[in-house]
Amino acid sequence: MSTPLKPTPSPTHTEIRTPLGRVRGLGSAKEGADHFWKQRVTAVSTLLLVVPALIIAIGFVGADYATVKKTLQKPAVSILLLMLVLSGVFHMRLGMQVIIEDYVKGEGRKVFWLMANTFFAIAVGLTSIFAVLKISFGG
Amino acid sequence: MAHSKTTDTRPLSPHLQVYRPLINMVMSILHRITGAALYFGTLLLAWWLVALAQGPEYFNFVNNIYGSWFGKLVLFGYTWALMHHLIGGIRHLIWDTGRGFDLKTVNLLSWMTIVGSLVSTVLIWLVAVLGLR
Repeated sequence: MSTPLKPTPSPTHTEIRTPLGRVRGLGSAKEGADHFWKQRVTAVSTLLLVVPALIIAIGFVGADYATVKKTLQKPAVSILLLMLVLSGVFHMRLGMQVIIEDYVKGEGRKVFWLMANTFFAIAVGLTSIFAVLKISFGG
Repeated sequence: MAHSKTTDTRPLSPHLQVYRPLINMVMSILHRITGAALYFGTLLLAWWLVALAQGPEYFNFVNNIYGSWFGKLVLFGYTWALMHHLIGGIRHLIWDTGRGFDLKTVNLLSWMTIVGSLVSTVLIWLVAVLGLR
């Protein structure tokens, strides 16, 4: 049995954060675990959505236009794809944000690429969503 | 402040190349690389959906590109990246619960990630190809 770790009361362990700061628990980035948590939520949702989507995609091998379109027009398949796209682009934007923050030097460049990342995610997401809706409602 | 003489001449900590590659470290790097690949790979899905929305002619045009040897190669790589990131993601979710941090489990989970991603990719393509004919 391991004994629970307790902070040693010594001058080196003096709490320097204010009580209010500790209660808010958001840290210097003012976001707390927000990024971490959203990354996990979209990880789980993408995981759950991508498996059925992949199974459907495998079934499309060798299928013609009419067959593929008919399948994607099924409401359940359309909704699955819409959720997958939404979940996927959200997740990938968060992931790429970390990559940019890790490797891009200079504040100006960093802001530029962080913006580009958001624009890319929204552009890819809305283009895909528009296409799915057009297929679904297009008759 | 951020670019004063002191900070600019300060030595940087050694990067990845000074370490002997370990399986968990390689899987960590691959998780990031596959994530970045999937990021741009979404363009393939978006293009395919747009093609389908466009009509049979354009859909067949895009389908022929995806069905070419080069297209298949890219899609095979995309499948592997997806499976690797997916299985690696499950490994991370297990770690998020605070479990599996002893070296033995870390190594086991890492090997399961690479083996699982390769096996599942080959299986998916076998099913896809066998289902075709």
